[in-house]
Amino acid sequence: MGKEEKRDLALTLILFAVLMLGVSLAERYLNSYLIRILNTACIYVVAAVAYNLINGITGQFSLGPNGFMAIGGYTVAILMLPLVQKQQVYFLQPLIWPFNSFSFPSYLFILALFLGGLASALAALVIGIPTLRLRGDYLAIATFGFGEIINVLANNFIPLTNGALGIKGIPEYTNLWWTLNWAFWSVFMIKGLANSSFGRALKAIRENEVAAEAMGVNLFRHKLLSFVLSGFFAGVAGGLFVTLISTVSPSLFTFTMTFNLLIIIVLGGLGSITGSVITAFIFAFLQEILRVVEAPITIGAWTFPGIPGMRMVVFSVLLVVMMIFYRRGLFGGKEISWQLVIDWIKRKEIKIEK
Amino acid sequence: MYALLAIGYTLVYGILGFINFAHGDVFMLGAYFSFFMIGIFLLPWWLGVIIGVVLCSIVGMSIERVAYRPLRNAPRISALITAVGVSFFIENLGLVTVGARPKGFPRPELMKNVYILAGARIQGVTFWVPIISILVLLVLLYLVYRTKMGMAMRAVSKDMETTRLMGVDVDRIILYTFALGSALAGIGGVLWACKYPQINPLMGTFPGWKAFTAAVVGGIGNVVGAMVGGFIIGLVEIMIVAFFPSLSGYRDAFVFSILIIFLLVKPSGILGETMKEKV
Repeated sequence: MGKEEKRDLALTLILFAVLMLGVSLAERYLNSYLIRILNTACIYVVAAVAYNLINGITGQFSLGPNGFMAIGGYTVAILMLPLVQKQQVYFLQPLIWPFNSFSFPSYLFILALFLGGLASALAALVIGIPTLRLRGDYLAIATFGFGEIINVLANNFIPLTNGALGIKGIPEYTNLWWTLNWAFWSVFMIKGLANSSFGRALKAIRENEVAAEAMGVNLFRHKLLSFVLSGFFAGVAGGLFVTLISTVSPSLFTFTMTFNLLIIIVLGGLGSITGSVITAFIFAFLQEILRVVEAPITIGAWTFPGIPGMRMVVFSVLLVVMMIFYRRGLFGGKEISWQLVIDWIKRKEIKIEK
Repeated sequence: MYALLAIGYTLVYGILGFINFAHGDVFMLGAYFSFFMIGIFLLPWWLGVIIGVVLCSIVGMSIERVAYRPLRNAPRISALITAVGVSFFIENLGLVTVGARPKGFPRPELMKNVYILAGARIQGVTFWVPIISILVLLVLLYLVYRTKMGMAMRAVSKDMETTRLMGVDVDRIILYTFALGSALAGIGGVLWACKYPQINPLMGTFPGWKAFTAAVVGGIGNVVGAMVGGFIIGLVEIMIVAFFPSLSGYRDAFVFSILIIFLLVKPSGILGETMKEKV
């Protein structure tokens, strides 16, 4: 390990400690509304970083993260739902064995999250093996189809998912500790991955598949691994999301979710992990701030009635405009590294001295 | 009916090589434009539909001009993301302006009549929709294979650069293609609204995707293939509901499964040409 790497690791650990301190302060002093937004932002970070791994770094245009989030979300929901609640919720058709006979106590929440991630990773494996042979638009369509199939299943496979009614009364385990830890470690892992030889191979695939193959990169294995990892983190994000809002229903993980994530990673710059972290936060806050455009506005003598849904219009316009005029996103393919931060601070100091 | 939509996809894909995600939404617009023309401006039915379809092709052209042309030389993934964005934009604009509540679509007398044919009662819709579709398809085949513009379109889809060198205004041809594809989507939307007389801003999504499946099944980029694929998808859907009524909830999942299977087994479709990968 080189000197710089050691320094970076140390700085990362310090950052982690500071964040954890921040959490304990936040839990005590911030109001629940702000904490809710922060939670959502952290979950978006996990999901967006995972999505960026397959879309931005590997360059395989997937449209299926909503499906993976749904699988993770439902798995965690079914595992964590208390037995009493299970009998109340599944009044249409009873829950199938073995899920009707047990429920995880709260200290096994982390295990449930992992299982949710694994279930979703497994789905990614099953879907990935056939579809990752496709490229470009076809992959996009196939993964979109997968997302829709999951949604159809969630609506119709009542003994497991309770259909369109969804599952209510999931204990709210998710708090800032959970979300921030997951956000931090998923970023840490995926960033480490992107800088490894494996990550470089993925980037090579993004730039030119044929050339990468000629250099000895096993296209299929690399794509599949990146897809499965992305599925794992998306599943975890889904599980966190479900235990944050305490319900799950098919309408929660529709294509809109994928679209939100797409905006986040495009704004942050495809392939830039730190970029998508920052835009995930921006997006979560923007979603709240832009509620203004949906509220009634009075300009002079005219009062415009509030139009619900205007936010999505704004976001989609933003996406198209970004694509046309500023395709590289906020950070392009670049990452914010400790080196960059140090250089930036040094430059400031020099300026002050002058 | 899927055939009409599938052809729109095929036309655009054949020329530009990317999927126009907004196609299903133009389909929805077709139904809405006609609805407003008939319902609010009180135009006669046929005139309302014609204006609706023309408006659709104008929308199609503006989408091409504003969103896709600047990206023609950009990486594929950017064009795809933009297409998704445009699709979402139209859907949500629809939700914002007309509201999510479904509206009843006025059916003309022609469609409401009930015919008695060899002892079976047939609704006007089930009788006229296929006939109109086939007529439109014949006109389209004529346009693509027998006119100068059609020839130019086919040339552009084969090789854009060479066609430009031959003195064809490629931008204009692409614009025409979008106009034609969107007009087809508009007609499809109106016919759909006659069959299921309820329209809402999200009605385009599923038919759109199924039509894309049809285009893939038939061999994307191939007009006749798209027709064949459209009929196959329509039939499969009805068969599943007819023979396995308990599975009707999974209908949409089946269509997508067909899509994925076809993409894997025979990505070039039934009538498509196999394309060699170029370095």
